Amino acid sequence: MKDTPPSTSEPSFTKVIKPCGAHRNRALTRQAGQLGFAGVSLRASDIFFLRGETDTANLRIIVPRLLDDAQGEATRLEVGTTTVPAGRLVIEVARRAGVTDRVAAQLAESAARSGCRIEAATGSRFEMTGAGELPEKDLRFLVHNLLCNPVIETWSFGEVQPGFTFVPTEESSTVEIVPLCALPPEGLARVNHERALALDPEEMEAVAQWFTAEGREPTDAELETIAQTWSDHCSHKTFAARIETDQGEVAPLLRQLRETTRAMNAPFVISAFDGNAGIVAFADGVRLAIKAETHNHPSAIEPFGGANTGVGGVIRDVLAAPARPVALTDILCFGPRELDHHNLPDGVLHPAVIEEGVVEGVADYGNKMGVPTVAGAVLYDAGYTANPLVFCGCVGEVLQGYDKLSGPQPGDRVLVVGGATGRDGIRGATFSSMTMDATTGEVAGASVQIGDPIIERLVADLLVELLDRPDPLVRALTDCGAGGLSSAVGELGEATGVSVDLITVDRKYAGLQPWEVWLSEAQERMVLAVAPAQTAAVLERARHLGLSACDVGEFTGDRRLLVRHGTKPVVDLPMEFLHQGRPVRRLRAILPSPDRRPDTRRREADIPTTLLALLAHPNIASKEAVIHRYDHEVLGATVIRPMAGNDQSGPSDGTVIAPPHRPSGFALGIGVNARYGLYDPEHMAHAVVDEAMRNVTASGADPAQTALLDNFSWGDPRRPETLGDLVATVRGCCAAAQLYGAPFVSGKDSLNNEYVASDGTRRSIPPTLVITALAHVPEADRSIGTALRAAGHALVLTGRTTREFGGSHFNLVRGEESGTVPAPDPSAPARYRRIHALVREGLVESAHDVSEGGLAVTLAEMVIGGRLGVEATLEEPDPCSALFSESLGRIVLEVRQEDVPRILQSLGDEAVVIGRVVADYQLRLGTHAWSGAALERAWRGNAG
Amino acid sequence: MKPPAIVLTAPGTNRQNDAAFALEQAGAAPVCIDLLDLPGRRGEIERAKLIVIAGGFSHGDALGSGRVFALEAERLLGDLLPEKVSQGTPILGVCNGFQMLVRSGMLPGALQHNERGHFECRWVSLQPSSQLCIWTRGLEQPVRCPVAHGEGRYAAGTAVLDQLRSGDRIAFRYAADDYPANPNGSVHAIAGVCDPTGLVLGMMPHPENHVTGRQGRAIVLPEGWGSALPLFRNGVDAARQS
Repeated sequence: MKDTPPSTSEPSFTKVIKPCGAHRNRALTRQAGQLGFAGVSLRASDIFFLRGETDTANLRIIVPRLLDDAQGEATRLEVGTTTVPAGRLVIEVARRAGVTDRVAAQLAESAARSGCRIEAATGSRFEMTGAGELPEKDLRFLVHNLLCNPVIETWSFGEVQPGFTFVPTEESSTVEIVPLCALPPEGLARVNHERALALDPEEMEAVAQWFTAEGREPTDAELETIAQTWSDHCSHKTFAARIETDQGEVAPLLRQLRETTRAMNAPFVISAFDGNAGIVAFADGVRLAIKAETHNHPSAIEPFGGANTGVGGVIRDVLAAPARPVALTDILCFGPRELDHHNLPDGVLHPAVIEEGVVEGVADYGNKMGVPTVAGAVLYDAGYTANPLVFCGCVGEVLQGYDKLSGPQPGDRVLVVGGATGRDGIRGATFSSMTMDATTGEVAGASVQIGDPIIERLVADLLVELLDRPDPLVRALTDCGAGGLSSAVGELGEATGVSVDLITVDRKYAGLQPWEVWLSEAQERMVLAVAPAQTAAVLERARHLGLSACDVGEFTGDRRLLVRHGTKPVVDLPMEFLHQGRPVRRLRAILPSPDRRPDTRRREADIPTTLLALLAHPNIASKEAVIHRYDHEVLGATVIRPMAGNDQSGPSDGTVIAPPHRPSGFALGIGVNARYGLYDPEHMAHAVVDEAMRNVTASGADPAQTALLDNFSWGDPRRPETLGDLVATVRGCCAAAQLYGAPFVSGKDSLNNEYVASDGTRRSIPPTLVITALAHVPEADRSIGTALRAAGHALVLTGRTTREFGGSHFNLVRGEESGTVPAPDPSAPARYRRIHALVREGLVESAHDVSEGGLAVTLAEMVIGGRLGVEATLEEPDPCSALFSESLGRIVLEVRQEDVPRILQSLGDEAVVIGRVVADYQLRLGTHAWSGAALERAWRGNAG
Repeated sequence: MKPPAIVLTAPGTNRQNDAAFALEQAGAAPVCIDLLDLPGRRGEIERAKLIVIAGGFSHGDALGSGRVFALEAERLLGDLLPEKVSQGTPILGVCNGFQMLVRSGMLPGALQHNERGHFECRWVSLQPSSQLCIWTRGLEQPVRCPVAHGEGRYAAGTAVLDQLRSGDRIAFRYAADDYPANPNGSVHAIAGVCDPTGLVLGMMPHPENHVTGRQGRAIVLPEGWGSALPLFRNGVDAARQS
């Protein structure tokens, strides 16, 4: 460390400047270039702000011991004003006080262990060159997209003020009374808007009526509790709504999905659409919990934090099952990476910036939790520019104590364990149920949480300790997600009633209002119902692990939600009103009328360039740059991984997870295709269920033992056309589930994915349905990948190809709109079961499904994965359909020549030998040929 | 008798069960001990015949990978680990465990941010290259296993590199110098180094994730080739003799 001369005035803090190193500067400079600022070059340093006992002697301990790196650039001490090097623009960034900051906390803790009592805060310094000519507006764009996110950080040109410990406003126990009862409808609308409650007018009316009948006005916390509990996010009021269509009223959507599952009566379903996750049991003694969530709006305004806590949230859903998390999925939808930043809507981050932040956020949480991220998809569409989608899924192995969870008993204690409570993430449920606009980033700042995966890792360890035993120490549990304690405590105590005192909740800092403690969405918290006799032991184990743990109240038996702050009443509501008092939503839908007339037009295209254009399309192109940032190997159970082949060069279909000590495992398959949804939502649902089923079948799983998960991301359902698309999609989901014999066990909807630009134009996302298939793999040793295995093998195409180009990627790369969306294939389920039987006989060497881009893309990907070649015939009268149509129900199998008769005998006229594997690294389709290198160049782009 | 082995962890370690499984496969009897369990369980570490320091993100790597793990180990264990080495106990630090051993000074050099600037998980091929190191001694074929880290670029000054080379202490090299074979940009493609006794091995890749044929089934042809089980068997053999 180098000391600069002490300044004459008394500084309030000391700064340690630590250059980040070349890897970081290169990445920043590259990203600036991607955003359209090619001449700009950046140098980054971490700043550690220290105050307290920061005399020279202590700094001589702290800096070398806790901050300096061997072999790294030396740190520098600065006391007083920053000196700005000539010719450079210096921008400093500091994390806001109160935002989770593990580094600052660790620094203070480790310094204290070394005998130095200090406070710490963190920030960054960027020295920019080549920005001399940039207009102020562009400079600010660059700062807000690359260097700092004002939602969680402050910044300035030159020196920034650090965000030390949160300085609270007056410690307060104020409970505000909100007069509602005498208000006319427009008055209710104003309160609804001012408090960002996101309630329907009928709901505001119902609240006012209830309080009028009670003869009193609501408190702020009561109103917020109702808004959270009644939000679309928590109560799924659209999926529970009565929907009138031009063809009469349809059953509520959630009921349709539930009824479909119930009618199928699959023996492996243990719990469907109940609690935090769906639960299935395929193999003896192993039960799996599965759940997927979205975190779209938070990821739009703070991509890293939004995606990070999206992963953290879905892991807690699975922990609450209760289960040990064993696999993660992520499906990400972004705007186009190359978008010119001048064409961005106001207040919207650049798609490339959102993608970088989201991917890093997903990676950070999963990698640090030690749960492999194994399956997913990345899609691009201009419709996602202002409203990216982040679907996070988690699978867990259910803990032994599951059978003994009795639910809370009157007298049981309410324990909150995990992280402490702060002002982070307030009003997340209502925020996610609102449409975003240019000011969302500012007003919703508090809705963003920053996660701490290490805390959640410890929470998981604690819950396994408490619950993976025949006599669990917990009677019921749930996670603190949207709505914080208000949702979690309200939900857990629904049957009994519950009474809590907010003074007893562990806080990160003083000064929170009671309603803030109640609503905070601070991360990594679980609420447990524990018998009084076990309370001390549970608190002790949590604290041993370094977790916050507090006893905040008891389950009562009076079926009321009673919240106090000391002696002051904060909330006093009957559970019945809270959970059943919401008027049923009534909505109107206009059903879509898709064009399903037979397509009579033969397509002509230049086949060689079309295939390369398809391989290079961002939706089809290699996702290795994303995949390799996720730890997909931790736990040692990954058998079929997201990249296929000896060199991990090809894409996989499903992934297979099987703990090394167990013969069986499970496969995960993902289906998503928003383009079909633009033309035919019902057939989209069939298509994406088929895709998820193809993926698990092609990796060696049993399609007859498969459960499904639905995740809908949609626009505003109060628009009848948008709702009509949703109704048609749910109809397709139910029909497909029946067709495949694959029941839905859980799901989630994220609606209102819209953005209103400052000029008043609305932008909705394409209707996006993600289907996750969770399938039994009876013999993990027979799992198969997509990469070609050996020259001489035969290639068999299973399923039928017809001319289906609606929503296809063939259309997309050629700028066409015509054709019909691929139709359901009623023969697919039986065929998949026969394919599975062949896999069990050991007759299938590799398999890859036909999806976006058609058969030619499938074969090219098998070539790239195996670094071998394919020679296939192309005798079709309609080569474009043969190669690029996206008909459902098709899987290509690689089999040994001697097994071909057996394969054809089993699959009959639904299978045809189309070619063979050759040693030369190339793809030959009839008279057309591509070298493997050319295919790879198109598909991998700059990934390598 | 199966030699007792300890898998040492800190809050945030996450590959302890993977390491324990590999040790079981190799014939040891492992238990996991976290620094939070000290000093109560110090005796078990004193009696251990083999120690693995497992991978993960101890303390969130908040002040740089492995730093707080090393400081806390020093605070809670004192000189126990160096003493164990002087008694002949083999120690393997994997990934975060390697970072911890480097931070604590038990192995030389530094582990810096990957050249590409972010976390990277992919399978690599490792060339065993030390006959001094008890863990790699006699290994004839390359080991295939995944890496999964963001701070794994091995760096050291020329004097240290000369010592490592002349002392036969470079235990593993990646198959080639360039990305992606060398996934983090390590100097001389160094993936693992050992101490002067040959007992202490630190390596960034995860041999514990390739100890069964199935783990490598879809990625390694021919199947079963490149297993890291012989590495763990070497360690367990040395533990039996210590």
